[in-house]
Amino acid sequence: MMESLIHAASSYAGEIDNVILVIAVLSTFWLVLAEGALFYFVFKYRRSKNPKAEYITGETKQQMKWIHWPHNLVLVCDIVILVFAVRSWYHVKQEMPPIDEEVKVVGHQWAWEFVHAGLDGQLGTDDDVATVDELHLVVDRTYKFKLEAADVLHSFSIPAFRFKQDAVPGRQIVGWFKPTKTGQYDVPCSQMCGIGHGIMGGQVYVHTADEYRQWLEKKSAKSAVISVKGVDQIAMNQGGI
Amino acid sequence: MSTHAHRAAASDHEAHGHHDHHEMSFWEKYVFPLDHKMIGMQYFFTGVAMGVIGALMSYAFRMQMAFPGKAVPLFGLITPEFYNSMVTNHGSIMIFWFAMPVLIAAFGNFLIPLMCGCDDMVFPKINRLSYQIFLLSAIILLVSIFMPGGGFGSAWTSYPPLSSSATYNQTPYGAPMWLLAVALEFVAFLLGGINFITTLMNSRAPGMKMYDIPVVLWMIVIASILFMASVGPLIAGAVMLFFDQTMGTGFFDPARGGDPVLWQHLFWFFGHPEVYVVLLPAMGIVAEVLATFARKKLFGYKTILWTAIATGVLSFVVWAHHQFVAGIDPRMANIFTVTTLLISVPVTEMLFVYIATLYGGSIQLTTPMLFAIAFVAEFLIGGVTGIYLGASGADIYFHDTYFVLAHFHYTFIPIAVIAVFAGVYYWFPKMFGRMMNDFWGKVHFWGTAVPFNGIFLPLFYTGAAGDHRRSFDLLNFPEMNQPALIFARQFATVSLLVMLGFQVIFFINFFYSMFRGRKAGANPWNANTLEWVAPSPPPHGNFAELPNCYRGPYEYSVPGRSSDFWPQNEPAN
Ligand code: HEM
Ligand SMILES: [Cu+2]
Ligand SMILES: [Cu+2]
Repeated sequence: MMESLIHAASSYAGEIDNVILVIAVLSTFWLVLAEGALFYFVFKYRRSKNPKAEYITGETKQQMKWIHWPHNLVLVCDIVILVFAVRSWYHVKQEMPPIDEEVKVVGHQWAWEFVHAGLDGQLGTDDDVATVDELHLVVDRTYKFKLEAADVLHSFSIPAFRFKQDAVPGRQIVGWFKPTKTGQYDVPCSQMCGIGHGIMGGQVYVHTADEYRQWLEKKSAKSAVISVKGVDQIAMNQGGI
Repeated sequence: MSTHAHRAAASDHEAHGHHDHHEMSFWEKYVFPLDHKMIGMQYFFTGVAMGVIGALMSYAFRMQMAFPGKAVPLFGLITPEFYNSMVTNHGSIMIFWFAMPVLIAAFGNFLIPLMCGCDDMVFPKINRLSYQIFLLSAIILLVSIFMPGGGFGSAWTSYPPLSSSATYNQTPYGAPMWLLAVALEFVAFLLGGINFITTLMNSRAPGMKMYDIPVVLWMIVIASILFMASVGPLIAGAVMLFFDQTMGTGFFDPARGGDPVLWQHLFWFFGHPEVYVVLLPAMGIVAEVLATFARKKLFGYKTILWTAIATGVLSFVVWAHHQFVAGIDPRMANIFTVTTLLISVPVTEMLFVYIATLYGGSIQLTTPMLFAIAFVAEFLIGGVTGIYLGASGADIYFHDTYFVLAHFHYTFIPIAVIAVFAGVYYWFPKMFGRMMNDFWGKVHFWGTAVPFNGIFLPLFYTGAAGDHRRSFDLLNFPEMNQPALIFARQFATVSLLVMLGFQVIFFINFFYSMFRGRKAGANPWNANTLEWVAPSPPPHGNFAELPNCYRGPYEYSVPGRSSDFWPQNEPAN
């Protein structure tokens, strides 16, 4: 269902889509039932067909069961949904699978700064490659991200990965994702961060390992590490603000 | 009328017991009134005017969504600053200056004394003060939009550090004025709430027992209690935020030992109950209308009452479902998913009870009834889509997309627009002594209920496809720049234009009927509750003779009686 609307390009996209599907099935069932009953009653008991109403208090045991049964069944559906929701949440947000590589993500007003580990595969070394608004990843590699915010709240969101996490100033928040399809996807900021919020959007490029190596080599040659100040200026220019 | 005994006990009340002797001046009657009905009207007209302003704002930013970068008639080119300010003020106005004043203050003030059969609120002066503070808050808010730097644009949720520092939000006047306006609005509603609760508890007609109180009054009072119990933490938060903005304190600034996420807890601890604060009065209005026009007793009066209370209590323990991905401890998400899904139980139960009320009825499809049925039909959609967002795993994806937006408008529009229309068409004869035109009422109904779906159904789709809210130009994102999505956004905007157009019919019908409508008797709908005993419109002091209450409010179609209604004030034989 979701895949027809937006790419599913991470290892857990399918799992989240399943949660959505389960909810869709159960909630649509109740919706149709309730709307059906509503419209049927309105039609059947309209004044011209039923000039005299019945007297029903809805307070006898016999009558209450019409409310109690749906009540219990809704509860059962809730529990099913709960199981799916919590399982996927646990997997995405509480677990940390074995990591292949790390990447640092910093939200600025109004651009994303991405720091790639570089050829040595280690963050925090001299060959790190920082970019503005473009994140380069290798398909089928598991990434741990370290998310920060330089000024206000931002939210690191990759819809194609079914992934989202707010960035909070003063903190580093970690998490993971594993892209499973090569391609180019949006990284919109999804937390109101000021005037440029609506144009604060990067792209994630999911490469094959070879493509990625080529990109890295080209970048490293130019030693493109930019200062935080530089990032702000670039963002300003981009937005024309 | 000057002979009847005042039941209300407060000394404040005595002050106006004597002005029956002289004609009230225009100022006393319309500008500084003490009469609960007139204060209700003031709240109503101010709230509706603010609602119209809020709707015009939604027109501005919806046009920008559909046709980005094109000049919008009436507004011109929409800059990002202006877009953010419109979105923020639209949200704030619709909740705080439209839904709350109309649903709680206007209906509460008008209905509580009339429906519990007394002559006025217990504290009329507090009541008047409440409206004056409210009006002041509305003026401050509107002025803030035109201050240098523009109106506040950090979203109605006002998350710091964006909202707390002018360096970040670039609205040095807009931000503190917005906050001041919100704080004053809270003061106004606290004052109003005290009045509602005391009046319902102390001034009921003799014989009106707890279970004889009409559902709408219960709902307004439960809502007032919810509001009063939840707003404290937010007021504390607002003071801290105001200090951060204006005096450079660091309550929410991590660089100085503060914590931005703290605000989110304070805000949503209030913000979630707040949605039930507006929901419950709407449910109450709908209950009255359904019973009257189905000519039926409400199915399970006590069930309604207890589910409302259960919903209210649960609403205090779900707030962090707004913060699943905000950087809180991820384990908390599990707890808040449980509580959030639990709240679906009483809410569905309430809706089932309403549907069951129609069973076996003799349904008159008058204009208010159409709106009441539409409330149930549309709110159901808002309800089921909430499950997607309450389920932590799914919310990782849906959070802050247009799916959320469509969901909450499917709750808020039924609440603040559809149920309000049901109430207005229903009580209009009591308010003004004349009937609204039913034919034009129905035209207005279809012109509202159908395009409303046309606005927000497409936004479920764009949201599920990844459109993020509060973003002034989605074409900036390649994945969102697809013909089908662009079409859906335009469809939504055109539907909005249609819906707004049909509201003109409502206003014409409203004002025309106010002066020229067919005269209404005291009880044009053959309803049971006590407000229909008073003349239409009720004079100052409400009742010629204060009524007694002999039975519950919904004794319709009682077997063995020739008439299909049985007013609460009619002695048994
Ligand atoms: C007249 C019909 C309405 C339309 C077409 C409309 C449309 C919208 C849209 C498109 C947005 C999001 C803009 C964005 O995120 O970029 C929005 C935000 C919002 N609306 Fe409405 N709306 C309407 C009525 C209402 C009503 C009646 C309420 C509540 C009683 C309401 C409450 C809100 C709130 C709370 C927000 C969030 C503001 C924020 O993000 O800070 N709206 N509306
Ligand atoms: Cu942003
Ligand atoms: Cu909530």
